[in-house]
Amino acid sequence: MASGYDRALSGYPDGHVFQVEYALEAVKRGTCAVGVKGKDIVVLGCEKRSAMKLQDTRITPSKIGLVDTHVCLAFAGLNADARILIDKARLEAQSHRLTVEDPVTIEYITKYVAGVQQRYTQSGGVRPFGISTLIVGFDPNDKTPRLYQTEPSGIYSAWKANAIGRSSKTVREFLERNHKDDMDREATLKLTIKSLLEVVQTGAKNIEIAIMAPGKPLEMLPVEDIEAYVKNIEQEKVEEAAKKKTGRTPGTGNAAILTRGSDSTA
Amino acid sequence: MEVLLGITGKDFTIIAASQAAMRGATILKASDDKTRALNQHTLMAFSGEAGDTIQFAEYIQANAQLYSMRNNIDLSPSAIAHFVRGELASSLRSRKPYNVNLLLGGVDPITDKPSLYWLDYLASLAPVPYAAHGYAQYYCLSILDKHHHPDINFEQGLKILRMCTDELKRRLPIDFKGMLVKVITKDGIREVDYNDDARVVCP
Repeated sequence: MASGYDRALSGYPDGHVFQVEYALEAVKRGTCAVGVKGKDIVVLGCEKRSAMKLQDTRITPSKIGLVDTHVCLAFAGLNADARILIDKARLEAQSHRLTVEDPVTIEYITKYVAGVQQRYTQSGGVRPFGISTLIVGFDPNDKTPRLYQTEPSGIYSAWKANAIGRSSKTVREFLERNHKDDMDREATLKLTIKSLLEVVQTGAKNIEIAIMAPGKPLEMLPVEDIEAYVKNIEQEKVEEAAKKKTGRTPGTGNAAILTRGSDSTA
Repeated sequence: MEVLLGITGKDFTIIAASQAAMRGATILKASDDKTRALNQHTLMAFSGEAGDTIQFAEYIQANAQLYSMRNNIDLSPSAIAHFVRGELASSLRSRKPYNVNLLLGGVDPITDKPSLYWLDYLASLAPVPYAAHGYAQYYCLSILDKHHHPDINFEQGLKILRMCTDELKRRLPIDFKGMLVKVITKDGIREVDYNDDARVVCP
């Protein structure tokens, strides 16, 4: 059956839709994106690919985009596919305003994005979108932060905190260990950046942070602020490590046998 | 007998629209808002066939906002005016054209220059320092010709607007239920408290 080509997009040998699995592979190769809900804000964090020497970073498009004034979207996967999908979402958001005189809810636009992604797994002559998205924001006249994820298959789900893209498993596990309910702005930002630092080696200049608060426009955190957080986190890590070390320093512990190191100094 | 007025000044554009929503000789509503904000610093006022007006205005509003979302920058008032003219022109040549007259007031976000555009259902477009639509033209343009100056400040602008609305109250045979006044500055669009209670008698 599967000889040479995956002939029918709508066929599923052993229950697999190959094209969707390839799309998921594209997502795994994309740079990491994180979403974290706080008590009254929601934060998106992205790993930024390091720019080449001659690249103009000032006008290179970002992985975080606005769908409407109150809806923000980050993606992992194929940049070019994302552009098309975000544009469809923006069009739907304005169309929704025009027809029912109300801005979209976050769940509605998530369902729409996931719907488009599903359609591209079942139509002829097209391939699925090679992206997962995190959609965040606040419903109109509501202060509850929202965070949704969509996948190439068209699945969507709601989260307190989640990561997509490269090493998303590591980051998600970090979030699972460290996420608390009702975090304030500082704690939410710190957790987002700390989780990204699990997989981003290069530090602040390769991180992008967007903050949404109810009734406020999207806030992109300035690089200097991100740098300050990174510095702070690294400082803490050093202190933590030092504390662990001092814990084993001879004389301070209750160990009966002294270590070899202490022999030479003693 | 809908009234639309627009006045530009040194650093602002005033847009005023009558508050009566009419059907034939009946007033259905005395607090109608015949304006739509297209983005942070562009306001459109409209008059014409009921239904057409709001349908067209909100269609333009949706497209202006879609542009802002897609490109991360607002269209300038001039760009919007020309876009609207294009839409009206193709509508005019369709099976059922929109019967809508418009005033488009704004302040350019880059140069901070105020502007006002006059458009009618035949897709005429003219950038003007002050403008009126409908019967108001007959009464107000002469007043504006005499008193308007490009360098007026906001208080002087309101004073000229008062002269216009007083004259309209004096001469128009139907009560248009006062004016809704909005002003556009570089800081955005805001409504102006405009007291319309004083009675104006005809000599």
